[in-house]
Amino acid sequence: MSMPFYVSPEQVMQDKAEYARKGISRGKSSVTLEYVEGVLLMAENPSSLSKIGEIYDRIAFAGVGKFSEFDQLRKIGVRYADVKGYAYSRDDVRGKALANAYSQAMGDVFTRELKPLEVEVIVAEVGDDELAGHESNAIFRVQFDGSISDHEGYCVIGGAADELNSYLSNEYRAGLPLGEALRLGRTALQRVTDGEPRVDPENLEVCVLERARGGRKFRRLTADSVIGLLGA
Amino acid sequence: MQFGGKYQGSSFLELLEVDYAQLRPDPSQLAEGFRLSSVPHGTTVLALKYVDGVIVAGDRLATEGNRVASRDIEKVLPTDDYSLMAIAGAAGPSLEMARLMRVELEHYEKIEGESLELDGKANKLAQMVRSNLPAAMQGLVVVPLFAGYDLRRRTGRLWKFDVTGGRYEETEFEATGSGGIYARESLKKGHRNDASRQEGLQAAILALVDAADEDRATGGVDLLRGIFPIVKFCSAEGISPAEDSDIERVYREILEGRGRGGS
Repeated sequence: MSMPFYVSPEQVMQDKAEYARKGISRGKSSVTLEYVEGVLLMAENPSSLSKIGEIYDRIAFAGVGKFSEFDQLRKIGVRYADVKGYAYSRDDVRGKALANAYSQAMGDVFTRELKPLEVEVIVAEVGDDELAGHESNAIFRVQFDGSISDHEGYCVIGGAADELNSYLSNEYRAGLPLGEALRLGRTALQRVTDGEPRVDPENLEVCVLERARGGRKFRRLTADSVIGLLGA
Repeated sequence: MQFGGKYQGSSFLELLEVDYAQLRPDPSQLAEGFRLSSVPHGTTVLALKYVDGVIVAGDRLATEGNRVASRDIEKVLPTDDYSLMAIAGAAGPSLEMARLMRVELEHYEKIEGESLELDGKANKLAQMVRSNLPAAMQGLVVVPLFAGYDLRRRTGRLWKFDVTGGRYEETEFEATGSGGIYARESLKKGHRNDASRQEGLQAAILALVDAADEDRATGGVDLLRGIFPIVKFCSAEGISPAEDSDIERVYREILEGRGRGGS
C-alpha cells in the first residue's frame, strides 16, 4: 500500500494502540485468580462461544476482545503445546514458553500489520506438587502489542482491567477456597457492568485448573456447580 | 520450534504432516525389500462386552523371536476417558500408534471443544492402521483392538482391524495376537453380553490363561514375579482397572478348578 504523505512512526503506533484499546474495551473483562487448590479462570459470557479454553495438562487460556482473533490464538497455542509435548515430554510444555511465543507473535502483528490484534490473553499454569521445580502457579498476561507481564495471585484482562486490578489489589488474599475466590471474581466483574446490578451465575463462564487432579487438570464448571459454589 | 503454521484444521496427524513432517512416523522410510524379523512383538489381547460396557485385557509379555523382550509391557492403553486401545503386533510401532491416537483425540477435543463420537475414533484408528501398511509388508504389523463406551448409544462397543485398515465392529468379543485364536475359543464358551463385572473378569482371565497354555508367546499370570495381566473396564463412569489382588483370586480359582494347581 502506498503512503500519500509522511506520518511519523510515533503517530502510527499511537493510532494502532488506540484502535486496539478501543476494540478491547468494547468487550467484557476476564479474571484469573489463584485459589488454594489451583487456578480459577472466569469471564462474564452469556454466549455459548468460549472465552476460556484448555491448552495442555496444566495450562489454560483466557482471551478478551475480538472472538475470532483470540480463538485463533487459542488454537495456535493448543497446536504448539501438543506438538511440543509429542516431540519432547508432557512435562516440557510450560506456560512461560507459550506466553513468550504469544508475546512474539502479537508483537509481530502489531508492528508489521496495518491492523493490530484487538485482544488480550492470559496464560495460566497450575503447579504440580509431584514435580520438583514445577510446584508454583504462574499467570501471564499478554497485551495487543505483545507486551507481557507475570502476575501473582490474580490477573485481569479486558477494557476495565485497571479498575478491576485496583479493586482486587485491596480485596484479594492468598489461600482462598474455590467458593470464596469465585465470589470475589464475580463481585469484581459486577463492578464494571454499568447499570447492571449483578452478573447472573448462568452468564458466568468458569473453568479451573485443579492442582490435585491427575493428567489433564483443566475442568469446565457447569452452571449448576457454579450456582452451588456461589451459594455455599 | 515454530509458532503458528499453515495448518488450520483439528487433526493432530494432519498438523504433523503439514507443518512438522519431521516428527511424523513415516513407514515408507523403511528400506525396501528388507524384512525386519527381530523386533519385540506383543502377543495376546482381547476385548469383550459386559453389562456396563466393555472389558479390555492383555497379557504382559513381549517376545523377540523366541526370546522374552519384556515381561511387563502394557498393551491395554486408554486413548481418552471413554475409549481404549489394545495392541498386538510389533511393539514399537504399536505403542507409537497408541500414543499418537491419544494425542489425536485430545487435540481434536481441545480444538473443537467437544470429543469425537466413538465411531469417529474407530474410523481415525482405521486410517492410522492403513497408513502403516508399508511397514506391515516388511514385518512391522500393527493390529489393534479398539473398544469404548458409546455415550450416545449408552453401550459398550468394540472393533478389530486388519493391516489394510479394515474396520470390523464385533457384537460380543474379540481377541487378537499370537494367542488370539485360543483366547477367542475360550471366550466363545463362557461369554455373555450381560455378564456382571466379576463374571466378565473371570472370562477375560480364563481366556488369557487358555491362550498362555497353548501359545508359548503369551504370558498369562506370572505368580512368581507378581506380574498380572492388565484388565480395564470401560463404562459410563469412565475407565477403571481391575486390581491385581482380584485377578490373582480369579486365577487361583481357575487353577483349583483344574485340579492340583495345574492345567
